[in-house]
Amino acid sequence: MPRRLTMDWLPAPPDFRGHLRAAVETPTLGERLEKLAFLAQHRLGFLETIQLDRALGRPNPEPGSGFSMVRLAILASSTVDHLVPAIRVAALRRRLVVDVHTGAFGQHRQDLLDSASRVHQFAPQMVLLSFTARESIAGVPLTATLAEVDEAINRSIEELRVLWKAARQALKATAIQQTFLDVTEPLFGSYDRLVAGAPSRMVARLNDLMSEAAASEGVLLLDVARASEIDGIDAWFDAGRWMQAKMEIAPPAAPLYGDLVARIVAAQRGLSKKCLVLDLDNTLWSGVIGDDGLEGIVLGEGSAAGEAHLALQRYALQLKARGVILAVCSKNDTTIAEAVFRDHPEMLLRRADFAAFVANWEDKAANLKTIAGRLNIGLDSLVFVDDNPVERARVRESLPMVAVPELPEDVAYYVGCLANAGYFETVSFTPDDQVRAEQYAANTEREALLGSSESVDDFLRGLRMSVVFGPVKAVDLSRVTQLINKTNQFNPTTRRYTAEEVEAIAAAPEMISLQFRLLDRFGDNGLISILILRPEPEQADVLQIDTWVMSCRVFGRDLEFEAMNIAVETARRRGVRAFRANYIPTKKNGVIRDLYPRLGFTRVNAEMPADGTIQWHLNLAEYVGRKTHIDRLGK
Amino acid sequence: MGDQEILDVLARVLRDLLMDDSIVLKMDTRREDVPNWDSLIYINFIVAVEIELGVKFKVADVESFANVGEIVTRIRAMLQ
Repeated sequence: MPRRLTMDWLPAPPDFRGHLRAAVETPTLGERLEKLAFLAQHRLGFLETIQLDRALGRPNPEPGSGFSMVRLAILASSTVDHLVPAIRVAALRRRLVVDVHTGAFGQHRQDLLDSASRVHQFAPQMVLLSFTARESIAGVPLTATLAEVDEAINRSIEELRVLWKAARQALKATAIQQTFLDVTEPLFGSYDRLVAGAPSRMVARLNDLMSEAAASEGVLLLDVARASEIDGIDAWFDAGRWMQAKMEIAPPAAPLYGDLVARIVAAQRGLSKKCLVLDLDNTLWSGVIGDDGLEGIVLGEGSAAGEAHLALQRYALQLKARGVILAVCSKNDTTIAEAVFRDHPEMLLRRADFAAFVANWEDKAANLKTIAGRLNIGLDSLVFVDDNPVERARVRESLPMVAVPELPEDVAYYVGCLANAGYFETVSFTPDDQVRAEQYAANTEREALLGSSESVDDFLRGLRMSVVFGPVKAVDLSRVTQLINKTNQFNPTTRRYTAEEVEAIAAAPEMISLQFRLLDRFGDNGLISILILRPEPEQADVLQIDTWVMSCRVFGRDLEFEAMNIAVETARRRGVRAFRANYIPTKKNGVIRDLYPRLGFTRVNAEMPADGTIQWHLNLAEYVGRKTHIDRLGK
Repeated sequence: MGDQEILDVLARVLRDLLMDDSIVLKMDTRREDVPNWDSLIYINFIVAVEIELGVKFKVADVESFANVGEIVTRIRAMLQ
């Protein structure tokens, strides 16, 4: 079996049966889920995956338990029931409990288009469409021209567009389209690629045109076609299983398939990893810099091992270019370690590429906490890459929320292992992503300013900040959606919206939606806050703060005060009398527990409901805006 | 591997799949004798046994096995 199919970046499970039994016998749901999630962090086989899924059952974890529910509908033209356990286990790996509804075999059109169908009753948040290529290319003769092939394929894609539209508009769900698996056999051989009507050529064309359509409609892809190219079609498709049970995805591929699905679901929820933390000695180069010196370490062209380390550095830079933050966590002397980045001619990575650089002799788990703290991101946003199995095991033991890939023995395969683990899966790529790592790195300069400032006030003045704000604009839709779905800390209500829903909110005249971009002397922090206000039912002059998110990058700048000043002014102009707000506590948003009292809101409910929601009220007539050091640059 | 050993593997796989430790398989056990042993579980069972023992059944065998004993016999032949 290909290495990737066994998911070798996950550590081998401890005594699986023993742990599973202990989990099943745990009476309280929260603890049981923790134990099952721990098992899900490991490399599980086909049978173990099914067992874990059965043990999971159909729980309904409470908000604040650290586990979130997701409703996923799968509409397919082949059998997919055997894939459901793997999806649920892979989601549990990411602390998501997925309720899966599989539509009746081949009934996807009725399921989506009939508003009385069971899928509509299920009200999924995500809809996965999984079709075989057979229907799309059936009946096209071998002699067809490219134009004729395209015509047939475009007819299928038009049907897909109808389904996507139904999923998004009628169900208000995120649509995920599975790419088409090429299960065709070679017909002409190498010549297949030169014949438009050859089966394999048509499937390739179908995937190309479908991907273009998906991109233009903002539909996400589950790329099993690419996965089968990496692992080999025999790993993904078994003709016998198709004949026996109409399974297009072979059961042994189920665990990886489930992980690929869960990556997208998690990415959509803002649960993808954000920061790659790298060890130095024997990870970025061969050798120990403290012992071997600059001339003694192996790095660069001319040595296979040296090239392997370069490949890892190059991949880290590619990740940085798409918005992944880089950090160093190493047992080393800081001065000696930094000198390598400055003085070694073969180094691709530079000191300035890292938003945090921690090299000392402390415990690595403690240093990872320092890194997360300094970057203001959760420990569960970190991926820690270290060649040393002892360090890896210790970090996993003390910080189970940090992802620590089980690297292969040979450094040549480090990049493959890291890439295949899919830690940094995304559902968008915006201009903000392209500069994010730089923005975090600029935080080092901001910290230096803070260090040299007499007071916080002095620091904030010295930053020379200005805010650009206005209603949510169509051009920023994907960044706005990304921010709403990714933000866990500064997020009092943790509501998630699809792009369609955000579009509808922005267009609704009775609602106020504001977006904020913060600039300072060190650069543009990008679009970093969204505020959505919605009228209370039958009280048009009272607005509820439906959603308010702010990137952790700009915490501590008083932007929340300036944003509230702006929101109050905007609302007053519309004759609004008061704001209402809810703070719904989660494991992640404790940092803004006191947000509303600090802004001058008063508490409404003395009694707290079971989920801990606190209700707040602000009379706009009494609001006194706090003066901040943020200038306004208008709309 | 003897028949009893093979039978033990089959029973363990089926117990794990159905999360039911009370399942006992004999050579003359038929699918309908075991509660919840539906067609999806049957395919999963076949796949899990194939992975566990490193064998691969023919599609014709999978649809014609009349009882557990026939599965055992087929596996024994493949392991020889």
